[in-house]
Amino acid sequence: MAGTPDHRRSAARGEGAVATDTSLPPSAVDETAREAEEKKWTPGKIALWAAIALLGGVAWFMLAIIRGETVNAIWFVFASVCTYLIGYRFYSKVIERYITRPDDRRATPAEYKADGKDYVRTDRNVLFGHHFAAIAGAGPLVGPVLAAQMGYLPGTIWIIIGVVLAGAVQDYLVMFFSMRRGGRSLGQMAREELGVIGGTAALIATLLIMVIIVAILALVVVNALAESPWGVFSVGMTIPIALFMGVYLRFLRPGKVMEVSLIGFVLLMAAIIGGGMVAETSWGVEIFTLDRVTLAWGLIVYGAIAAILPVWLLLAPRDYLSTFMKIGVIVMLALAIIVVRPEISVPAFSEFASRENGPVFPGALFPFLFVTIACGALSGFHALISSGTTPKLVEKERQTRYIGYGGMLMESFVAIMALVAAISIDRGLYFAMNSPTALTGGTVETAATWVNSLGLSGVNLTPGLLSETAANVGEESIVSRTGGAPTLAVGLAHIMQQFIGGTAMMAFWYHFAIMFEALFILTAVDAGTRVARFMLQDSIGNFVPKFKEHSWRPGAWLCTAVMVGAWGAVLLMGVTDPLGGINTLFPLFGIANQLLAAIALAVCLAIVAKRGTFKYIWIVALPLAFAAVVTITASFQKIFSPTPAVGYFANNAAFSKALADGKTEFGTAKSVAAMEAVVRNTAIQGWLSVIFVVLSIIVIATALLATVKAFRSRAQGTAVKDNEDPATPSRVFAPAGLIPTPAERKLMAEWDKVPAELRFERAGHH
Amino acid sequence: MSAALTAVTRGFQGFARYLGGVLGADAYTKYLEHHQASGHTTPPLSEREFWRDRTDRQDSNPQGRCC
Repeated sequence: MAGTPDHRRSAARGEGAVATDTSLPPSAVDETAREAEEKKWTPGKIALWAAIALLGGVAWFMLAIIRGETVNAIWFVFASVCTYLIGYRFYSKVIERYITRPDDRRATPAEYKADGKDYVRTDRNVLFGHHFAAIAGAGPLVGPVLAAQMGYLPGTIWIIIGVVLAGAVQDYLVMFFSMRRGGRSLGQMAREELGVIGGTAALIATLLIMVIIVAILALVVVNALAESPWGVFSVGMTIPIALFMGVYLRFLRPGKVMEVSLIGFVLLMAAIIGGGMVAETSWGVEIFTLDRVTLAWGLIVYGAIAAILPVWLLLAPRDYLSTFMKIGVIVMLALAIIVVRPEISVPAFSEFASRENGPVFPGALFPFLFVTIACGALSGFHALISSGTTPKLVEKERQTRYIGYGGMLMESFVAIMALVAAISIDRGLYFAMNSPTALTGGTVETAATWVNSLGLSGVNLTPGLLSETAANVGEESIVSRTGGAPTLAVGLAHIMQQFIGGTAMMAFWYHFAIMFEALFILTAVDAGTRVARFMLQDSIGNFVPKFKEHSWRPGAWLCTAVMVGAWGAVLLMGVTDPLGGINTLFPLFGIANQLLAAIALAVCLAIVAKRGTFKYIWIVALPLAFAAVVTITASFQKIFSPTPAVGYFANNAAFSKALADGKTEFGTAKSVAAMEAVVRNTAIQGWLSVIFVVLSIIVIATALLATVKAFRSRAQGTAVKDNEDPATPSRVFAPAGLIPTPAERKLMAEWDKVPAELRFERAGHH
Repeated sequence: MSAALTAVTRGFQGFARYLGGVLGADAYTKYLEHHQASGHTTPPLSEREFWRDRTDRQDSNPQGRCC
């Protein structure tokens, strides 16, 4: 660089492939200037971080050590937010420095592949919201509710520590590596990095995992809407509302997204209020009171139609509504918890923390708590979102830390709030709502007797409280409303009515919560079916090329039917399961989701190894090892455990034996048909566990092989081929995080002076 | 008083713009910007055509939504 006339020639411009245009200001902050800025600890900065650390420490102390009679919900907020801030400021910086090593002189796919449609540079804060809306759904709202069975502390620790060391790491790495590969999907990356065997295993595993995830999300909706005319009416109304929005956007006023979202939101509120009125009429009760099996069939038919209808008619408009609600609800819930600050009387560790026969979900704390809370701590499904869509929109490489790592921290916070909402209700009520009918008996009297017989400290449930709560939230009954969504809705209604409206508004808040959960889930079911259908079409296309043509109708319909049939079968199995459905299937959901996380982390491990970063590879290996141990242990227990409540095959054998002995009822199954159903269901669930765990072990093994191979080649000095897109120099600049640093501000001011036509000109484009 | 009102209006507008960005309401504006900046000689798609094309492409290129 010596002798370059341009005084601005410096390290910030780079050499070779990424040497940026000298007629423009640098596209990255000067490395040494940035380092100096980061290393400079002013007294104000030290005081700030000391205060954050202190507040977080005090909050953890209150939650984990003091554990008085009650604990205030505000400590959950402080403990989580302070830990997130420290994790973000320090741990994610370590990952950035030693693992990802972003280079802002390199153009991102949004710049070098810019097409104004799929590849568009997007403002970092907008993209943060966009990415968050894509990753957050019903998952983080449901898992923590079920995990509250074991007390608040195990779930809280796993959600907060898990996200910092595992979940956010996965999201960030997958997003970064996908961005370096032009926005390739996880499946494509697995194929490239792990070879044909690992790649194929990853693809099949992903497909099966999607089926399970969609089925269990659907089961949550069915459980929330069964025997609830109000819920069925208001959630059902989202379909005509979305259709109207779709037509409005397509034909009346194209592109007026905000306008139509507002109209949709108003209609949605009207549907909730209208649902209350309809549920009070005799015809409303008659038409909209549906049992679980009918609802499940309705959802299956709906899913099949929705996946074939054009996107503009149903999926896109409902997605707008869902995003709108998501952001609104989360802001509202956070505000309410901070303002109301409910007192929590649930113990830190409940009686079930040390047992493996909990009624909400069976199994010991390790490993089953860690699979019950998947979303919010570590969610493999995010890897599918973090690869593909978001990387095509990122403006600068350094922003992936804020969007990927930061976005996941935000989802974790949602999980914490869901946990707080669930544990703010009476503990007896919690167990009456979340235990299957087979245990509670289904009526307020039997449920109260059963809950009191559990011998839980401080629990004395009266039938009166159960019927009063049901009346307050506008439901016929709340006994055995499993699945997490109704419990969260009661918790949210309980908190919100103290914030706005009082007891009179409880029914509205309850159905508001049911509505938004159903909205998220229906969007996920619809989008999940579509994504899975295309994956299936592409896979079959390898053998029958005709299937690769996405517009070929028979292929599309056949693949949709296969996918809907698959998740529909699992859904019906859950709905009719004599053992209760959610408590037998939810562990499978968590295991599936975290096996996907293990697959994603395994791909990241191989990539990191190929980049030659061995000293800090533990950053990826640690969450991978944990996810692998948890899911493989959980799978093995599900397969081999001799305890019938835990092991699928043990249960299968017990029921088969009972049938062979000629018994007509056994355990919670009251007829021969029910016993046969248990035998069938446990066999399917057992074999699914076997397939998942075998596929995942194959993927992890191929990733380890790739890692060892990379290590050997590095030791021998041979170059390892990477699969990144070639580096091209960037011609834009934008800050990396939420608040620009002084150096970034200075550079932004320089860029502001550049004439617009020079700034956006792209060499080599047309 | 009016200064405070302007500040509130501006804040609200900023929030609405942000929400619009998250929803993707500004996609057409960004497409036009790109079209102009990249020096295409053909006229850009009209707003109606653009949105039609956008949702139709999503038909065969679905975006995942998470649990």
